[in-house]
Amino acid sequence: MRHHLILRVITKLLVGAIMLFAFYVQFHGDFSPGGGFQAGVIMAVAFILYGLVFSLHDVQQVFPPWLVHKLIALGVLLYAGTGVVSMFLGYGFLDYGAFTPDHPAHGQHYGIFAVELGVGITVTAVMVAIYYAFASRPPRLSDEEW
Amino acid sequence: MLVLTAIAVVRMRSLFAIAMLSGVFSLLSALLFVTLDAVDVAFTEAAVGAGISTVLVLGTLALTSRYEKPTNRSPALPLFVVIVTGAALIYGTLDMPNFGSPDAPAQTHVGPDYLEGSVHEIDIPNVVTSILASYRGYDTLGETAVVFTAGIGVLLLISGLSGRRRRDDEEESEET
Repeated sequence: MRHHLILRVITKLLVGAIMLFAFYVQFHGDFSPGGGFQAGVIMAVAFILYGLVFSLHDVQQVFPPWLVHKLIALGVLLYAGTGVVSMFLGYGFLDYGAFTPDHPAHGQHYGIFAVELGVGITVTAVMVAIYYAFASRPPRLSDEEW
Repeated sequence: MLVLTAIAVVRMRSLFAIAMLSGVFSLLSALLFVTLDAVDVAFTEAAVGAGISTVLVLGTLALTSRYEKPTNRSPALPLFVVIVTGAALIYGTLDMPNFGSPDAPAQTHVGPDYLEGSVHEIDIPNVVTSILASYRGYDTLGETAVVFTAGIGVLLLISGLSGRRRRDDEEESEET
């Protein structure tokens, strides 16, 4: 796609900002609206926007499908793994107080950080995977028909 | 505004315009959530409903046709079902407590414990996050599993099929 110069320049500027905003939403979710679900979606939007304006091939070089498929499972694993670790430390499943027994509130911070990261990874990967699945099929409509 | 957009979606035949209007619909409902002080939900609605699903619907649109096929069936039965369901839903809201009422079940059950305990038990300012990730951590694990399952399902349905077809093509080309 050699045309759409303005779109391409603006996209290159915005992709970084969108990713930064996704990280802000992810890690500042304790203090302001947001969290893993929203951050995951925003992160996925950055990749999808790149894929829309450039091409599916370009975005798949940055974020290859095999990595996306692994990340889908990794997020859930990270979430459930947090629970299993707290179980091994002698507390209940997903009882984050286990991580710092002398100051349970700090453990809560670490636990919430880990599970939100897990949620974020899964949501990003699932959204990008669904986009890849749709976009990688050959379209039946040609550009002129739009 | 929401109702107007919904009516426009129903009346239109151009699927492209309908996809755009559903995005507008999501954005308007996000505004509604902001008015109800549910900022986290509004955030999600704006990002998912207006952003990603519009792109996905457009992606699907590229795989199908551009216009909806006109149907000759009578709209009487669907209209009847919709009216009965709508009436039942409105009848259900009659028993609901007023918005923001202090003795609503949502305010009297476990809500106060969470709101009071969150400050010293979890020690983070956003109570939504502390409820989502800590008090109701099991539920959120379930939600993540749902997202995971949905992703796997779409991959199996769409990518899996195309992969098998590609393999079939390869086998055919090997045979010929």
